[in-house]
Amino acid sequence: MKEFVYTITDPEGIHARPAGEFVKAAKAFESKITITKNDKTMDAKKIFGVMGLAVKNGQEITICAEGPDEDAAVASLEEFLKNNL
Amino acid sequence: MEKCAGKSVFGGIAIGRILLFKKQEQQVRRQKVDNPELEEKRFEDARQEAMRQLGKLHEKALVNVGESGAEIFEVHQMMLEDDDYIDSVMNIISSQQMNAEYAVAVTSDNFAKMFESMDDDYMRGRAADVRDISNRVINILLGINQEEEDSDEPRIIVADDLAPSETVQFDKSKLLAFVTVHGSTNSHTAILARTMGIPALIGTPLALQDSLNGKLAVVDGDEGVFYIDPDEETLMKMQKKEEATKENQELLLQLKNQKTVTKDGREIMSYANIGNLKDLPLVLQNGGEGIGLFRSEFLYIGKDTFPGEQEQFEVYRTVAENMAGKEVVIRTLDIGADKKADYFELGAEENPAMGMRAIRICLTRPEIFKTQLRAIYRASAFGHISIMYPMITSLEEVAKAKQISSEVRKELTSLGVPIGKVKEGIMIETPAAVMISDLLAKEVDFFSIGTNDLTQYSLAIDRQNQNLDDFYNSHHTAVLRMIYKTVVNAHRAGIWCGICGELGADRSLTELFMAMGVDELSVSPGSILPVRKAICETDLSDPAYRKKILSDWNLEELC
Repeated sequence: MKEFVYTITDPEGIHARPAGEFVKAAKAFESKITITKNDKTMDAKKIFGVMGLAVKNGQEITICAEGPDEDAAVASLEEFLKNNL
Repeated sequence: MEKCAGKSVFGGIAIGRILLFKKQEQQVRRQKVDNPELEEKRFEDARQEAMRQLGKLHEKALVNVGESGAEIFEVHQMMLEDDDYIDSVMNIISSQQMNAEYAVAVTSDNFAKMFESMDDDYMRGRAADVRDISNRVINILLGINQEEEDSDEPRIIVADDLAPSETVQFDKSKLLAFVTVHGSTNSHTAILARTMGIPALIGTPLALQDSLNGKLAVVDGDEGVFYIDPDEETLMKMQKKEEATKENQELLLQLKNQKTVTKDGREIMSYANIGNLKDLPLVLQNGGEGIGLFRSEFLYIGKDTFPGEQEQFEVYRTVAENMAGKEVVIRTLDIGADKKADYFELGAEENPAMGMRAIRICLTRPEIFKTQLRAIYRASAFGHISIMYPMITSLEEVAKAKQISSEVRKELTSLGVPIGKVKEGIMIETPAAVMISDLLAKEVDFFSIGTNDLTQYSLAIDRQNQNLDDFYNSHHTAVLRMIYKTVVNAHRAGIWCGICGELGADRSLTELFMAMGVDELSVSPGSILPVRKAICETDLSDPAYRKKILSDWNLEELC
């Protein structure tokens, strides 16, 4: 299992479009991937779950991947978050 | 004539006939089914069809409203692919043996409620997206054709509320305005109206009777009024207003990609002031040639603690990248006076406008300053960034600021961090800075005059005190002379001098500024084109005329 913590810097937070793109990025991997905010954990491959967390600017999220391609998943999602959120 | 007030989300005038948009009645009946597998297949087929329709809408929206308006349909497609959503529908079909329409309707309600209960206006607005995609699937299941119909003449669309997919299905060339009974300023309807640049009213209390269809109406997006069956007088008045607005817009848009050059051939930097990232699209839409004042305060205000280097870097980089090589002048933090952030713990001051603010905070607490400078220098590798220090009164302050800035630069370079060529300039907004502008000009790369503070300090008039309005004269000869003196001293040292205060957008002074030799005018995005127009109309080829302007304003003695 691999995980990392990221703090959102986008003024809008994870709104609909980036949530969609994030989910798309997560779906590229076989591993089970979750996104956690304040003890609430959601499946990162489901847009309603990710949007449901209503992550705002300045808030911390934890991304956790478990499975055969967990290293690549974590690296790719961290890159995605840095570039987009 | 009937008159109705609504909340305007975009200005302008539209005159035309009403097209009453009614949602097709959906009657979803709850039915037990014998063959759930068949219902599951019906749902899956309808879902695929909905995905196809959304793909088409996305293509259409790309053409009509561009990428930012179109991406919502991609999000809708993803929602329709969400496993939780699909599982919920399938589960109702199989475990309760219900028809597909009912299963989608129940799922839609549940997911919409989840969004409606959220503590966030934006997310609450997303409930409409859930209902929109679900209604699309239900319509397909019921055999109702939701795909667009073309009307032949441009219409004013009147509706209870419009779902995003409904807003975009209209042919843009046949769309005059939106008027809705419900909706929020955050809704996609509002966002799309703004993107399309057509007048739109929301929250308009109308009875949506069929008789409205085809009636002549006027939408006044500037005043937020909807006129149905306007009388002759109103119609005439509105037609005039519409013509004036149109002419003005066309004229200005012609200027969008034009250089800002006076008739006598001097090119002026036509820059924009921005306060946060949301202003960026406006700068680009209005043809800003650069950003002359990026107020970095928004990063600090409304927070519980100092913004980190990474957070600042991302913002500066975004601006630099979006401006694609055009200059971006970032003003270092100008907290203090009327702009407060509690965590700075500045304490109460008797006279905050003259208190601990701007560069004074930065020089007293260099760690705050260094964080910002590091972020700016790191971002400088991604575009054309300049730094501007505010509230300068002395040479020592400039020397200290430049010293700290050079330390930061060296640190980054030694770490191998790429940085761009960054010019360093100062704001001229205190009478002291004006009086030593000849000396300051030798130390920096440019000047930008902050007329708001310069006026307040020169005239000793508190900007926040409304009782003093009668004494406040923004065209005071003292202020104009100071501007002129600053420009002259800048040019003697071979640097450029601009104006980024409100006076820069005052078109009654544009000709005078040109006569003074001002090199740059940085104004709010909406003022770029009107100011550019005024500059392009200025002709100073006759030296005698230039002299006359200066003497008319009592400035000739400085030449």
